[in-house]
Amino acid sequence: MATVKLSFSPAPVHVRTARLVGVAVARRAGVREDLLDEVRLAIGEACTRAVALHRQYGLADPVLVEMSDGGSYAVRVVDRAPIEAGIGLTALPPDELANESLTDEALTTGVGFALLAGFVEDLQVRPVDEGIGTEVRMVWPVGR
Amino acid sequence: MELSLAARTVGEHTVLEVGGEVDVYTAPRLRERLLELIDGGARHVVVDLGRVDFLDSTGLGVLVGALKRLRSAGGSFALVCDKEPLLKIFRITALDQVFPLHPTVDAAISADSAGAGA
Repeated sequence: MATVKLSFSPAPVHVRTARLVGVAVARRAGVREDLLDEVRLAIGEACTRAVALHRQYGLADPVLVEMSDGGSYAVRVVDRAPIEAGIGLTALPPDELANESLTDEALTTGVGFALLAGFVEDLQVRPVDEGIGTEVRMVWPVGR
Repeated sequence: MELSLAARTVGEHTVLEVGGEVDVYTAPRLRERLLELIDGGARHVVVDLGRVDFLDSTGLGVLVGALKRLRSAGGSFALVCDKEPLLKIFRITALDQVFPLHPTVDAAISADSAGAGA
């Protein structure tokens, strides 16, 4: 099993780097070409969410992305925000999306989660095993 | 690819052609440009996503923001998109039920003009 780890300061500019690395490792691991757009989007959404949480809580700690290809392609995106922050993930129903009272942040969070849930069949959002934070774990099949 | 933004006027409509990647880093520039256009008096805005090769939730949030702003100002907002990967993003988020989506700029403008006249 090969592992690639990337850790980056919680700044929006680095999310693109994480996407590029995530897709490069996915391709190398043997993830089907037609899934790579979804991999790119999902890793981007998970990292965007982590960066937003770190900024919201004033955390300078890096966001961790860990990619591994043991039989399938697994990506973990780990943030260090207080745990309750990570649990408020809900997809929004369509009639609420254009609702005037919905803030941009709430909308983006809801849409981001809808994309993660829609594009990743094997998705888990759970507290990290040690310390404070949440882990978004996504798995894609590798097929030859 | 870097974000590119080019606006032009077609009759009563302002068409903003967007290219490249719209993500958490570049979306603030798209928001600024849309606000500039709306504050400058644009009321019927068509955003052409034909040359966008990546769009995430932050970009979608900016587009919804522009839609809400224009609707409350009595204007209209439409999107041009014919790429399946992007259309899938709109379907999965149910935003295809929120935005008028058209395959071409011409189709967006004529649908919008017909709607405004009805």
